[in-house]
Formats: sequence, C-alpha cells, structure tokens
Amino acid sequence: MKKEFTITVYTENQIGLLNRIAIIFSRRKINVDSLNVSPSEVESIHRFTIVINETEEVVRKLCLQIERQVEVLKAYFNTNEEIIWQEMALYKVPTDAVAEKLKVERLLREYGARAVVIRKDYTIFETTGHREETDRLVAFLEPYGLIEFVRTARIAIIKASSGFHEKIREFEAIEPAEELIENEFLDKGQAVFTM
Amino acid sequence: MNTILSEATNSNTVVAVDAIKPLKELSGSQAVLEACIAEGVDTIFGYPGGAIMPIYDALYDYHDQLKHILVRHEQGGIHAGQGYARSSGKVGVVFATSGPGATNLVTGLADAMIDSTPLVCITGQVFAHLLGTDAFQETDVINITTPVTKWNYQITDAVEIPHIMAKAFYIAGSGRPGPVLIDISKNAQIQKFNYEGYTKCTHIRSYRPKPFVRKSYVEAAAKMINEAKKPFVIFGQGVILGRAEKEFKAFIEKAGLPAAWTILGLSALPTDHPLNVGMLGMHGNYGPNVLTNECDVLIAVGMRFDDRVTGRLDKYAKQAKVIHLDIDPAEINKNVKADIPVWGDCKETLPMLTQLIEAKNHSEWLAKFNQYTAEEHEAVIQAELHPTAGELSMGEVIHLLNELTNGDAIIVTDVGQHQMVACRYARFNSTKSNITSGGLGTMGFALPAAIGAKFGAQHRTVVAVIGDGGFQMTLQELGTIMQTGIQVKILILNNRFLGMVRQWQELFNDKRYSFVDIQSPDYVQLAKAYGIAAATVNDRSCLNEALQTMLLHDGSYLLEVMVGKENNVFPMVPQGCSVSEIRLK
Repeated sequence: MKKEFTITVYTENQIGLLNRIAIIFSRRKINVDSLNVSPSEVESIHRFTIVINETEEVVRKLCLQIERQVEVLKAYFNTNEEIIWQEMALYKVPTDAVAEKLKVERLLREYGARAVVIRKDYTIFETTGHREETDRLVAFLEPYGLIEFVRTARIAIIKASSGFHEKIREFEAIEPAEELIENEFLDKGQAVFTM
Repeated sequence: MNTILSEATNSNTVVAVDAIKPLKELSGSQAVLEACIAEGVDTIFGYPGGAIMPIYDALYDYHDQLKHILVRHEQGGIHAGQGYARSSGKVGVVFATSGPGATNLVTGLADAMIDSTPLVCITGQVFAHLLGTDAFQETDVINITTPVTKWNYQITDAVEIPHIMAKAFYIAGSGRPGPVLIDISKNAQIQKFNYEGYTKCTHIRSYRPKPFVRKSYVEAAAKMINEAKKPFVIFGQGVILGRAEKEFKAFIEKAGLPAAWTILGLSALPTDHPLNVGMLGMHGNYGPNVLTNECDVLIAVGMRFDDRVTGRLDKYAKQAKVIHLDIDPAEINKNVKADIPVWGDCKETLPMLTQLIEAKNHSEWLAKFNQYTAEEHEAVIQAELHPTAGELSMGEVIHLLNELTNGDAIIVTDVGQHQMVACRYARFNSTKSNITSGGLGTMGFALPAAIGAKFGAQHRTVVAVIGDGGFQMTLQELGTIMQTGIQVKILILNNRFLGMVRQWQELFNDKRYSFVDIQSPDYVQLAKAYGIAAATVNDRSCLNEALQTMLLHDGSYLLEVMVGKENNVFPMVPQGCSVSEIRLK
C-alpha cells in the first residue's frame, strides 16, 4: 500500500549530487512531493529531506540506490508517525479584508499566523505547520481575495534519531565499529548496517 | 566482488603509497599523466580533439611511459578500455575530447556501468569561462553521464587534479567496480601549479566499498546449506571481479554443490569442472533452468538476478530458500527476496562459508542435472555441434574453435545469436576468458573490446566472435588493428540476417521479417583494404582448415563463416515465461 514517507539523506556538499539523487526517482517515474536541502547538525554535511508517496518496498529500494552514491553517507526513511515535521507558508491578502472582517482576524490568530509585512494595500502572513493546516487556511482565505500563496518543502526530524555527530566519526574511520552495526531503514528488527 | 586496485585499499591506515617526489611546477595535463603512471596504467585508449589538446601535448613527452592507442571512434576507445579491464583485471583508461568526443563515450559508459567494469575516462572540456555559453564543442558531459557513471566530476582548477584522479581510480576499482568520468576544462589542463606529489586514495568517508560482513548471517547460510537436500549455486561476474575463483571452487567442491553461471560469470569456473552444470537464463541450459524451480536452497554468488536469468519473477524459485552473496547491498532483495543476505566481498565470505559447511556430495541431485543435459544433447546440442548436412551451424564453428584453442583463448563476443551460441558452447579453462556485453547488449562491442582485451593480455590468443550486424557497427576499428599491428582473430558468423531479432519475428511475429535482412560488404576485400589477412568459408569440409589458418596466422586475421540463414538458438525461455517453461524447440 502506498503512503507518505519522508526520506532523510546525509551527504557531502558536492555540485551535481542533487541531480544524482533526483534521477534515482525520475528514472523510476516516481514523483517527488517535496524536497529540501539544508545544512545538518554536522559541519560540511548536508541533509536532504524528500517526501514521496510510495510503498514501503519501493522506498526501501530507493534508499539503497541513494546510499550507493559515492557522496551519500546515509539514507533513512520514516513514516509520518516517526517524525516531527513542519512546513512554512506565506499568504498575501488584501489588508482591507483583514482589517474589516473580524472573522479573518480571528482565524489568522487561531492558525498562529504572524504578520510579516503590513502595507496599505496588502498584508503578508506566515504560518508554520502541517500541510493540511496550511491547505485549510488557503481554502479559508480564498473567498477574501487571497492574492498569493507559497509553501516551503517539508523539513523533518526523526524522533528516534540521536543525530549524526557520533556517526560521522565512524564514517571517518577506516573500519566501522562493531557497535555501529545498525541500519535504521534497511532492517530495523535485525539492526543491520550496510555501509 | 572486490577491490581491483592494489592491496593498499585494504590497509587499515591511510598512508601515502607510491608517493612521487615533489616536483616544483607541473601543468594540469602533466598531473593527469603522472596520476596514470602512479596508478600503474600502461595503456590508454583515446582520440584527440580541441579541448583535450593540452593533455595530448603533454603525452608527447610521456610516450615512453604510457602507451596510447589511437582508436577510430570514441565508442571504439571506450569498448577497448572495457576489453582491457576485463582481460587484465585492471582499471581501463580512456581519453576523449569535449562535445561529440564525450557523447560518443555514453554507450560504453552505460555498458560498463551495468556490467560493473572499472574505467577512468578523461574528457576535455571548454575553458571554464565558456561553460554554459554554448561554446564550440561544449556539452554538459557531467549531467549527460550522471546516470551511467559510478562517479563523475568536473575539474576547472588544476590544483584539484592529483586528488581527484586518485579518487577516480579508487572509486572505479574498488567495491562493485564501475566507470568514472573526469571532465577537465582546458584552462585547468594548461594551468601550472605547485605539484606536491601523488598520493593514492584509500578511504573516502562517504563511501564504503565493502559492506561489513555479519558472521551470524554466514553461520545461518552454512546451516541452511548443510540441511539442504537439493542445493543449487548460481554465480555471476562477482566471482571474477572479486578474484575469488579459487575460493568459489573450494566452496562448491566441499559440499558437492552443482553450480550454473550467468553469461558474465562464465569462465570463473572451468567449463569441464564436474560441478559446472551450465548456463542460466533465456538461452541457457535445460537442467539449470528447470531445476531452479526444483532446488530447495538457491545460493546466488555475485550475481544480480537479471530478468534474462530469472524469466517470470513470480514463478522463479518460489519453492526455494534463497541465500544471496553480494558486495552491493542494493542488489539484495532488488529482484529476488533473499532469506539470508550475505553482504560482503565474496573473497572473504566464501572461505568463511566453506569452513562452516559439511563435506558432502549430492550425487543423486547432480545426476538430475546430467539427465537434463543428456536430454538437451539429444534434442538440441548434437544437431547444433555435429551437423552432417545442410548449411553450417554457428555451434559447429564454435565447437571446432574449442578443439583448436583447447579452451585457452579469450573469446570476445558481440550481441545476438552468435553470442548465445558462443557462450553456450565455448569451453574455458581459465578465468577472464569470456568478454561480452551482458547487461546492456551493445552491438558493436566485440571488435574494439577484443583489441583492448589483447592489449590487456598480450600473451593470450584473442578471438572476436561477431555477427554480420554487430561487425558493421564498429568496423572502423580495423584501422586501429592496422596501425597498431595488434593480433586479433576476427570470426564473423554471417547469417545475412539480424539473427536474434529475426528469430523473435519468426517465433512471435508470424515470420513478419521487418528490417532484419541485412547486406554485408565483401569482408575479405574490406580486411585487405586495411592490410588484414582474410578468408571466407561456407563449406563444411574447409572449415577446420580455415579456422586453423586463422589461428596460426602471424598477425590479425578475419575469417567470415557463412552459416545457416534461419537457424534458431534453442533452448529458449520465451519472454514472460517461467524458467521451467524453457522450450527445446
């Protein structure tokens, strides 16, 4: 059964790597719903966060293909229950609507929207949350003349992860230590390490 | 599969190996060539052009240390590099210029990628300041080659050259080998920089060439093999790439395990070995295909369950427990679910297994393979190898060739019917003797690959077996043979058809022969134009002598054998069928 998976990839910072990772999906005609590239907790290590809708079997194989890339250190995949995630959105609405419609103001407050820019002609709000929440706010604002809307890719933190500081040392070592024989995505039950 | 580079890659410490005494100033081009020398490269296949001219200029001064083979087309160059790598076990090196030079490498890169062949390709690129301007002979080589390289990198600053070249050789040759492409802009080739010597690469933190071997899985695998009544080993090129032929032989001999090969695994185990039960897959042998669906434990060693091997996956070895040994974790469970995955270099894992398995012989089970062989012999092989009347068969040509070479030649095949016949019937005594385009199925591979194979193993006889279709795709490389004087025996099996496609059209498209009727030039005249001795034969009584003449001739030789026009290759697992539904006719 297909469902939403978030793939977290730790990589070196290298030109062309984005393409190497992207073509693993496009070659298999798999749509990437969301993609974010950012620094990680470890200096010089980058972190890709990729959201796709696929079966677990396919996602597992994709992660193995991603890990095959020379500059990839590790790829994890997780269901939504296993991560904390957020997306940010910006909404441009006519200032009149906000000023004059009490309901609008109340709802924006309810959604935790923060005004970023207030001008005579328009106001820009920002919210952070899950996709369903931003989608709901968009649906609500549309009748009041929503001028523009944009949303970022998902960023996520794996609940069970203890970060990459320790792991990077093992990668830098010539041989991985015995205690690091684990691999979160490949076979959780049997704790296998593939590197 | 294994590290192809020197033992240094296995060392536990990062040390400078073969570090060259620091020189003061070198150009980027000189640094490229210094890297090749430090890596033990002796032969480079290439073709010059505008954007790689500085490297060729530097090569002028290195010609006593590096042999450069001028090919006739970059595709020929890269296939020669592949042939060289496959016959020598070393990394093949190819030079090409930017733009069309680089794009002509793409087929060979794809071929090397899917067949795990270690290559380092150097392409020239336009000046860095011209990148992205649609400059003359500029093409986005990095992005074009990304899906067909294990790793690629563009250099625009000469300072990067020594360590990027070291990385390139390390990545190409270690772990599961593959092609690497380094694109060097012309300014970086010209640029002088302070050269601090060359240090081989032995570790990249984001790259683990060999997965960690888990003993518990090896033990579980041994237990499963010990309990098996009908164990069956299938092996691929991993045994050859891992240089584990001896370890593999010891493994199957200890427990008397029947073993069958994929076409890239061919020659890892001598053909005449009593446990060698034949070839897997679409045109493989009867027994190995049928009994795949009867064995109780299937032990896959260094192979990737290609669709041409498995046939219909949902009816493939469903009754069996599967043990899969591979160096590439991504191969485990990719096509066939493994009950016990044994990740690791088979050079390490096979001896571990051998130690744990019980000495046995499965003679009854092995006899079953032999029964199927007898049946196949009766139905197919006898008529193919020993016809007494009618047109010549491809099988009898290969059979005679075996007798004359005693199974000691390197046989390089192209793609199609002749390839299947050659792989089915050629006999091999030693490893790295079968060179063919397996995964990609690249017509035109054989002639240039044979040239490269000969450069990689100069003491051995190299016979290129090629169809009339494939030969016409890269016949320009006759020029390379002419100019270098390399000795390659070219055996064209001419059936005046694109035979394999014709066979499918006959069997599955009601004999609607759509554009498979291909004409050939006069190959004897053609060879003579290149100064290559040649003959053609279509008479059974002259075949033996013609083959002898070819093999004994001091120099390259082209022999065209006219074979049956509409012969088919059998057995055959039709597409979409299970391996046990293999047809004998």
